Amino acid sequence: MSDEIKKTPLYDEHARQGAKLVEFGGWLMPVHYTSIMDEHQAVRNSLGLFDISHMGQFLASGPETGQWLNRLLTNNINRLEIGECQYTFLLNEQGGVIDDLIAYRYNENDYLLVVNASKIEEDFAWMNSHRDSSVEFKNCSDDFAGLAIQGPQAIQLFDLYFGPQYSRPARNEIKSIQCDLMEFFIANTGYTGEDGFEIFFPSQHATTVWNQILEKGANFGIKPCGLGARDTLRLEMCYPLNGSDLSADHTPLEAGLSFFVDFQKENFIGREALLKQKAEGVQRRLVPFRMTEKSPPPRPHYPIFKGDRQIGEITSGTLSPTLNIGIGMAYLPAEYARINEIIEIDVRGRRYPAVVEKKPLHRKGN
Amino acid sequence: MNVPENLKYATTHEWLRLDGETATVGITDHAQAELTDIVYVELPKVGGLVSAKQPVAVVESVKAASDIYSPIGGTVTEINPALEGNPALVNTDPYGDGWLYRIKIEAGEDLEQLNEPAAYKAQISG
Repeated sequence: MSDEIKKTPLYDEHARQGAKLVEFGGWLMPVHYTSIMDEHQAVRNSLGLFDISHMGQFLASGPETGQWLNRLLTNNINRLEIGECQYTFLLNEQGGVIDDLIAYRYNENDYLLVVNASKIEEDFAWMNSHRDSSVEFKNCSDDFAGLAIQGPQAIQLFDLYFGPQYSRPARNEIKSIQCDLMEFFIANTGYTGEDGFEIFFPSQHATTVWNQILEKGANFGIKPCGLGARDTLRLEMCYPLNGSDLSADHTPLEAGLSFFVDFQKENFIGREALLKQKAEGVQRRLVPFRMTEKSPPPRPHYPIFKGDRQIGEITSGTLSPTLNIGIGMAYLPAEYARINEIIEIDVRGRRYPAVVEKKPLHRKGN
Repeated sequence: MNVPENLKYATTHEWLRLDGETATVGITDHAQAELTDIVYVELPKVGGLVSAKQPVAVVESVKAASDIYSPIGGTVTEINPALEGNPALVNTDPYGDGWLYRIKIEAGEDLEQLNEPAAYKAQISG
């Protein structure tokens, strides 16, 4: 496996448009173009465009694919009609999270899996080592560019770019369409909490599509957005990030995401470990918190105290641009992982109060 | 990048404005542009003794916390009260209303170790 830092097909375009580029998960990505605050507000108020070409895409086909995926992933793939998708987990034998991903069923026996950029090789190797020989399984990550179009004006932009010939996929639906002589996967999914779409298409057209969307979206005040805003947006929604809030050391039950685990279906990898944990009681839980007074921004790894006892550390944290207060998430012992529990965050040796809240931290109309 | 002629500069992007035996300290336009939106500033204690090059303050953007190093040694006499409610002043007026603290310079401190504007300009364009 190469240790070289990777670039998406849009790297030159990002540099040309003045992005500040940093290394993320083995990729050189824009952290912002103007500022995180600007870009965050653009997504909440009008429209933002993200390069998500670094994410991984696997294609799986064949009559046994559904059954095979059901053995490897926690959610029930049989629930998907053609054109539907679901959020799901790839677990190890101990029930720990290898990756969180979205599985899209775009045809009778054809599935697209979109995985985290930092986990592409690991996910593929794991799934391939457990492969059913009748399933055709390919890592197509390099073939695809991906863009996320997110914001209240996303629907208008979709209609302007793809309409009237193509109608929008409904929430959690995917369409495969031909437009401008190329095949697009368009999914009504996102990581920001706003209306929007994620589109995947052949990587050689990345620059063209990126610039066309910026051009057409100019009417709606579209802004190119970097990973900095992507992080503040998803954290306001309490969406977890693999590598920070999710890891091989935590199960989906601890992460509060048992909704995406189907214990009723036939065996899946990690099922036994999760059932055992359920029976014994989940010892710690991932919860969101909000600072209760002005403080430095809470950041990953800052210690969390209850009285004199350290009870955990922050997994993800930031200043919320929408709420204008520090927010974050952490695994806390079950007895403290309760809404309204007061905790203290240690920043450079000084402690600031925070309160455990209900998900999500941001609701529309805030 | 704005580099006023009446200031001295540290290589760590702090500026110093001399006023007899006291000085005002802040961060440069280059530094604030690198940080982008500053959301929190932690300042030294008034009356505290600081040394040249010692980390004395923290300026936080959304993404990162940055240490600020005192360009000179001495006693902190004043800190900017406006920054508590409006940390963005450091972005909008880094040499004026976004000043960080004032310091009574310790006797024998060497101002020569700080840079002239031309040298700082060369550093940030290099």
